[in-house]
Amino acid sequence: MSVLLIAEHNNKNLKPFTLNAITAASKIDAEVHVLVAGSGSESVAKEAAAIPLVKKVLHCDSPNYQNYLPENLAPLVTKHSEKYDHIVASANTFGKNFMPRVAAALDTSQVSDIIKVNSPDTFVRPIYAGNAFATVKSNDKKRCVTIRPTSFEPAPKTGGSAQIDKVDAADVPNFSKFVKREETKSERPELGTARIVVSGGRGLESGENFKLINDIADKLNAAVGASRAAVDAGYISNDHQVGQTGKVVVPDLYIAVGISGAIQHLAGMKESKIIVAINKDGEAPIFSIADYGLEADLFKALPELLSELNKLNTIQK
Amino acid sequence: MKILVAVKRVIDYNVQIRVKEDGSGVHTDNVKMSTNPPDDNATEESVKLKESGKVKEIVAVTIGDDKAQETVRKALAVGADRGIHVKSDTYIEPLAIAKILKKVVEKEKPDMVFLGKQAIDDDCNQTGQMLAAMLNWPQATFSSKVTLKDKSMEIVREIDEGLETVEVNLPAVVTCDLRLNEPRYASLPNIMKAKKKPIDQMVAKDLGVDITNRVQQLKVEEPPKRKAGIKVANVAELVSKLKNEAKVI
Repeated sequence: MSVLLIAEHNNKNLKPFTLNAITAASKIDAEVHVLVAGSGSESVAKEAAAIPLVKKVLHCDSPNYQNYLPENLAPLVTKHSEKYDHIVASANTFGKNFMPRVAAALDTSQVSDIIKVNSPDTFVRPIYAGNAFATVKSNDKKRCVTIRPTSFEPAPKTGGSAQIDKVDAADVPNFSKFVKREETKSERPELGTARIVVSGGRGLESGENFKLINDIADKLNAAVGASRAAVDAGYISNDHQVGQTGKVVVPDLYIAVGISGAIQHLAGMKESKIIVAINKDGEAPIFSIADYGLEADLFKALPELLSELNKLNTIQK
Repeated sequence: MKILVAVKRVIDYNVQIRVKEDGSGVHTDNVKMSTNPPDDNATEESVKLKESGKVKEIVAVTIGDDKAQETVRKALAVGADRGIHVKSDTYIEPLAIAKILKKVVEKEKPDMVFLGKQAIDDDCNQTGQMLAAMLNWPQATFSSKVTLKDKSMEIVREIDEGLETVEVNLPAVVTCDLRLNEPRYASLPNIMKAKKKPIDQMVAKDLGVDITNRVQQLKVEEPPKRKAGIKVANVAELVSKLKNEAKVI
């Protein structure tokens, strides 16, 4: 009875959501083992071993795992899955990509994107863009589960000293090739984990006008988000998209500017602790879930907001 | 070359769904249904590849009840050549859907299978990847740009960090993101023509695939409701509320 969690990392450090997934894994079973598959990834294995909730680290280092191609990673996970009842990863573009391949190889029906662990075989997961919660029971012997990271607290990072076992690589099929990755670099906090998110929608009318959003975000040390409409219109890149098929965020404060509140956008932000909506259309659906609504022209309201924030003596970081 | 495109009938993305009082699911009677949005992107991309001359035939497949045929008709109306309807009156989970699609692939022998990246009803995001694994094919998920070469495809994928480019050998499975293209509307003459295009009928349980669900749905409930908020009169009041009442800045 133990859980194998697949670590997400960049060959130097663990990605933050791995910590949230470890918390969820520990609620399934206390015996959490972490598989670190990478290239030149010794520091990641050590980082994983230091997490107190982790009981063992399986480390496989090979150039084949440098870019975690699912065609290469899934056979490795499958190969080392024998002793485990649960295979677990984050339900982000990392976990979503490879986990169903593992589930298919093991002939097990995957449970995607869980937000709660009721028992080792029963989970709660959102369906219909979070407009309903389904409680599901997996009747498979071996279970592949992906975890919505923002629904679980990150596990403490230090204090543990788990054993690190080197494990064998698996054969790779050689029919897919990594070409390149263009990561958007930003000085701001990461959208998925930021305490405050300021998001813009179609109401911004252009990419240049996102400067108004950026200025507020910089003042509040916030991440910048966007609605699908704004991304589709080319105002901002896809990695900023919040929603059913974008990122799910749960910040302390979410400020939605010029966003009407389509169902698929609400799916990505409605669990935020405090929601502010600024929109000139008083009937916009976003107001029905906002704690504080301001019916105003954003081109007037945002400069005013910046000047009001500048008047404050202190702003929480 | 030949493309198989898989389409699913779901509750329309604009419908505010209602959870049944007895917790058994959501109301679907008299609710507007349509093709799962990213499946429309999958069909559109197939049609564009056919228009470019590199693809000779597009076969559209759906799995579902009688009405699911509408999604195949829609794909035929925008440019698919023929359809396959695998009939099932019960919900089939992604693992079994992938097994059924594998049977269809073995019969049709396409060079590529296009699907939406996720269905907006069960939000599983599994079928394409599972199908690729079962066929031992490569996959390109969350695709926002597809370039078809002679024996491979170069694909730009939307990932959390930005964009990633991969090259996959053919045959391959492609799951489509919403920004891959702008799905066209079917013209009336094409809708009429589509009515004459053939749709093969099969029955899911006759395909020799175990379609028993392994994940049991115990109950479906509404998420906790947010309590209604207030409207503020101006920016100064907003900042004061955030600072002194909500204490978040």
